[in-house]
Amino acid sequence: MSKNIEYLIDRENKQYEVIIGLEVHAQVTSESKLFSQSSTKFGAEPNTQVSLVDAAFPGMLPVINEFCIEQAIKTGIGLKAKINKKSVFDRKNYFYADLPQGYQISQYKYPIVGEGKVILDMPNGQKEIGIERLHLEQDAGKSIHDIDPNNTLVDLNRSGVALMEIVSKPDLRSPDEVNVYIKKLRSIMRYLGTCDGNMQEGSLRADVNVSVRLKGETEFGTRCEIKNVNSIKFMQMAIISEANRQIDLLEEGKEIDQETRLFDTKRNETRSMRSKEDAHDYRYFPDPDLLPLEISQELIEKIKSDIPELPDEKKKRFIDKFNLSPYEATILVSDIETSNFFEEVIKNSDVKLATNWITGELFAVLNEKNLEISQSPVSAKNLSKLINLIKDGTISGKIAKTVFEQMIDGDQDPLIIVKEKGLKQESDPKAIEELINKVIENNSDKVAEYKSGKDKLFGFFVGQAMKESKGKGNPQLINKILKEKLNG
Amino acid sequence: MSDITSQSLFELTSNIKEKKLSSEEITKAFINRAEKSKKLNVYVTDNFEKAIDQSKKFDSNPNLDFKLPGIPIAVKDLFCTNGVRTTAGSKILNNFVPTYESTVTQNLWNQGAILLGKLNCDEFAMGSSNETSFFGNVQNPVGENLVPGGSSGGSSAAVAANLTPVTIGTDTGGSIRQPASFTGTVGLKPTYGSCSRYGIVAFASSLDQAGPMTKNVRDCSMLLEVISSFDQKDSTSIDYKRNNYSKELSKDIKGKKIGIPKEYRVDNMPDEIEQLWKNGISYAKDCGAEIIDISLPHTNYALPTYYIVAPAEASSNLARYDGVKYGFRSPGQNLIEMYEKTRSEGFGDEVKRRIMIGTYVLSSGYYDAYYLKAQKVRQLIKKDFDDAFSKVDAILTPSTPSSAFKIGEKTNDPVSMYLNDIFTVPINLAGLPGISIPAGKDKNNYPLGLQVIGKPFDEQNILNISYALEDKINFKNDILDWWLSE
Repeated sequence: MSKNIEYLIDRENKQYEVIIGLEVHAQVTSESKLFSQSSTKFGAEPNTQVSLVDAAFPGMLPVINEFCIEQAIKTGIGLKAKINKKSVFDRKNYFYADLPQGYQISQYKYPIVGEGKVILDMPNGQKEIGIERLHLEQDAGKSIHDIDPNNTLVDLNRSGVALMEIVSKPDLRSPDEVNVYIKKLRSIMRYLGTCDGNMQEGSLRADVNVSVRLKGETEFGTRCEIKNVNSIKFMQMAIISEANRQIDLLEEGKEIDQETRLFDTKRNETRSMRSKEDAHDYRYFPDPDLLPLEISQELIEKIKSDIPELPDEKKKRFIDKFNLSPYEATILVSDIETSNFFEEVIKNSDVKLATNWITGELFAVLNEKNLEISQSPVSAKNLSKLINLIKDGTISGKIAKTVFEQMIDGDQDPLIIVKEKGLKQESDPKAIEELINKVIENNSDKVAEYKSGKDKLFGFFVGQAMKESKGKGNPQLINKILKEKLNG
Repeated sequence: MSDITSQSLFELTSNIKEKKLSSEEITKAFINRAEKSKKLNVYVTDNFEKAIDQSKKFDSNPNLDFKLPGIPIAVKDLFCTNGVRTTAGSKILNNFVPTYESTVTQNLWNQGAILLGKLNCDEFAMGSSNETSFFGNVQNPVGENLVPGGSSGGSSAAVAANLTPVTIGTDTGGSIRQPASFTGTVGLKPTYGSCSRYGIVAFASSLDQAGPMTKNVRDCSMLLEVISSFDQKDSTSIDYKRNNYSKELSKDIKGKKIGIPKEYRVDNMPDEIEQLWKNGISYAKDCGAEIIDISLPHTNYALPTYYIVAPAEASSNLARYDGVKYGFRSPGQNLIEMYEKTRSEGFGDEVKRRIMIGTYVLSSGYYDAYYLKAQKVRQLIKKDFDDAFSKVDAILTPSTPSSAFKIGEKTNDPVSMYLNDIFTVPINLAGLPGISIPAGKDKNNYPLGLQVIGKPFDEQNILNISYALEDKINFKNDILDWWLSE
C-alpha cells in the first residue's frame, strides 16, 4: 500500500496531526423495530408507529426481532469482522423525555460483532481502517421544541427502531478519509441491504471523536466527542473546526478537557455540551428481560452463503475480467445501484464504451439534475442499445451524443430516435465516394496545395466531407476513401 | 352445602359443573361479603358491577369444560387488566387504566374466570407487610391490627377472609409465600419462566414470578394449571411440557427424598418455628418420605445478594414512571423539575429507598463491588441447590422466621422487615419453585407455614409433597370474622 498524502495543520514551525474515530449509528433496514412489531416507516404522522412496548407501558417486555439480529450479523460479515456467538443486551440508564423506558437497550460489554476492517480507496492508494465493534441498540424518540411555545412535544415513532453502532478505531487522519470511510461503509451496507444509508432521513449519523498531536508524536492527545453529526459535509467541517480549536488551546499552553461537544452548523464551531465530570453515569447492566443472545455457527454460515459480492470483490472482478482501470472500477462499484446499472448495460453491449458512457455522459446528466442513478432518466436497456448503435457503426460517437440528449427526455429508445431523425450513419462506400468526389471537385485549389505537400489540409477535407454528409458520414470510411483519392 | 364463600375452588367448580350453584350466586356471595369487609382494605379497585354482568352472561350459556367456569377471582393489583385501573399500590399509577391484559390474567379469563377486582399490595410489590401501599394497610383476618404479610397482602387476606375463592399474587423474594404463611393459606411461587411476566408491573425482572394463592393444595394445583403457560411475549418464558397438576396430584410420596438444610436454623429463631419444622419432618416421615440432612452453604449471603440484585433491577424498571407518558404528573418549570416533583410525590419511602440502593449499586465504581459480586454469589447460591438436588427430590424449611406481626411494628426498621424474607429469598435467586402451606400456629394462635422447595419445573412434586403433608397436618384457620360490618 502506498503512502497517502498527509493531512497536517500548520502552526508557525509546527505541524499537527489530526486523529479521528467515528461511531456511526446506522439504522437497520427492517420492517419492524428491534424489540416490537411497530413499523419503522419514515415520515409517518407523529406517534402513529408506537406500540405499548415502545412507549414503555407498565409490564411491557421487549422481544427481540430476529431479522435485526441477522442484519447485524450480515453487516459484521461485510466488515470482515468477528461475529460473537454470545452477546448481551444491556440497559443504558438515563432520563429523557423521549426515552420512554428511562433506559436504552444497547450492548455494552459483549457486542454482537467484534473487530473488523474497511478498506479505503484513497487517491494515492488503499488504507485500512480498523473496526472496533458493532453493536445493536434502540433509537430514542424525538423531542420537538419548536411547535408549542410552552411545551416540548415528543414523537415516539423512532423509539425502539434498531440501530447498529459501528465504532471505528482511531485510524482516520483527515476529513477526506472520513468522507471516503463513510461512503464506503454506506456502500457496504447498501450492497448488503442492511442500512439504506439515507442521511437526510437520519438513517446514518455519527459521533465524531477528534484529538490532535504534533507530527511524529506516538501518544494520543485528549479527545473530544462531537455528538450526532448527520452529514459528511458537517462531519468534515466539525473535524476541521474542532482540530483547530484544540490546536489553538495547545498553542496557548492550555490543556484540552475531555468532553462531549455539539457542532453548531451555522457558526461552524463546536461547543461544549458536557464535561467529563458531568458525564452521565449510565449504570449499564444486563437487561434482565432478555436472555443473552446466542448465535449458532449454522446461522452464521447460512447468512455467509447469502452475502452478495461486496464492493472490494466486485472492483477486483471488474479490473480482472473487464480490464477496467482501478479508478474506473472504484467509481463503478462505489454504489450498488451504479454497479447494478453498469452490469445491466454490459449484459448486451461493449464494456469499454459502457464504462465511458456511464462515467462520462450519464454521470454528467445525473450531476446536473441532482439525481441518483436509481432515478436515471435513461434506462440501462436503452443505454446499451445506444452503445450497440455506436459499436456496429450505425451512428458515430458524435451523433450518439445528440441521440443521448434526446433520450434523456422520457427514456426514449435510441433506435427510434435514429430512425425518425434520419441520423443513421452513411456507411455505403459508393455514397461516401460520391460526396468525396464532390468535395474534391469544389476545392481543386486545396487539392493542389495538398498534393504539393501541405499534409495538414487533410483535416479540412474530412471536415468538408462530414459537412456534405450532414454529419452522418462514417468517419472511418471518409478517412479511408479520402486518403485513396488524394494520395492515389 | 356450606356457605358459598367458604368453599374451596374445587368445591365451587364442582357445584357449578353439577349446576348446584350459578356463577351469579357465587359472584354475588363474594361481593356481598366484600361489602361488609371494607375494614380489611383488601380492594384497591373493585369490578363488582361488571363481574355480576359477566356472571349472568356466563350462566346464560355456561361452558362447563372450562377449568374455572364462571368463578369470580380477585387478583393482585400488579397485574395489568384491560379497562380496569391498575395501580401497583402506588400513587404514581393511581389513575392508570391499561388497554391490555397480562398473560396470566388472560389465562384465567380464557378458562371462564371473572374479575372481581384488584387487590391491595405493597407499592410496586416492595414490602413484607402491605404497609407500603399508597392505598393503606391491609388487615390480616387472623387478628386485628396484624399485617397480612406482603407484598401480596391484599391477596392473602382476601383468600383467608373468604373474599375470593383463590387469587394470584407475585413473588420476587417471598411475596406469595410469606403472606400465605401469615394468613394460614397456601401460596406457590413457580419456577422462574413458568408463568409469563407479560403485563405484570415489573419489580425485579430476573426474580418476579406470578403464582397461585389458595385455601388448600388442590386449589393451588388447579390454579397453577391455568396460569402456567409458555408466552412468546416474555423472552424469559420457558417452553416446556407442563403437567396436568390437578389431575396428577397425589399424596403418595413414599420414598421421596426430602432434604433438611442445616443453614436454615438461624440465630434467634423462635422455638415454635423450630418445633413446626420438626413436626413437618415427622409428618413427612409418616408419609414414607426419606429425610436427608443437606447443606446450602451460601444461604447466609442470600439476603444481602437479594437486596442488591432486586433494587438494582427495580431502579431501572421504575425509571419509566416519569410523568411524561401516563400516570401521575406533578408539573414543573422544566423537565428536570417535573421529574423530581413527580417522582418525589409519586413514590413512597420504601420505593425511593430501593431506587436509591439500586442506583447506588449500579453506579460506576460500585458496580463491580456490589452488583457484579452479587451476581456471582447468586450463581453460588444456585449451585448450592443444584448440588443438593443431586441428593434429594425436595427441600423442607419453615416459610418465615416468625408469624404475623403488628401493623407499624417494623415500619421504622427496614432491615428487620427485610429479615422476613430470609427463607424465601434464596429460592427466587435460584429460580426454583417453592410452596408455603399452613403447618401450625404460634402461642398467639397465629398461623405458621412450612415451605417445600423443588427442582426447576418440578412443581408437581412439591404440590404432591404439600398435599400429603396438608393431610397429616390437618390445619384449621380460626378466623372469627371480627371485621364484618352490616
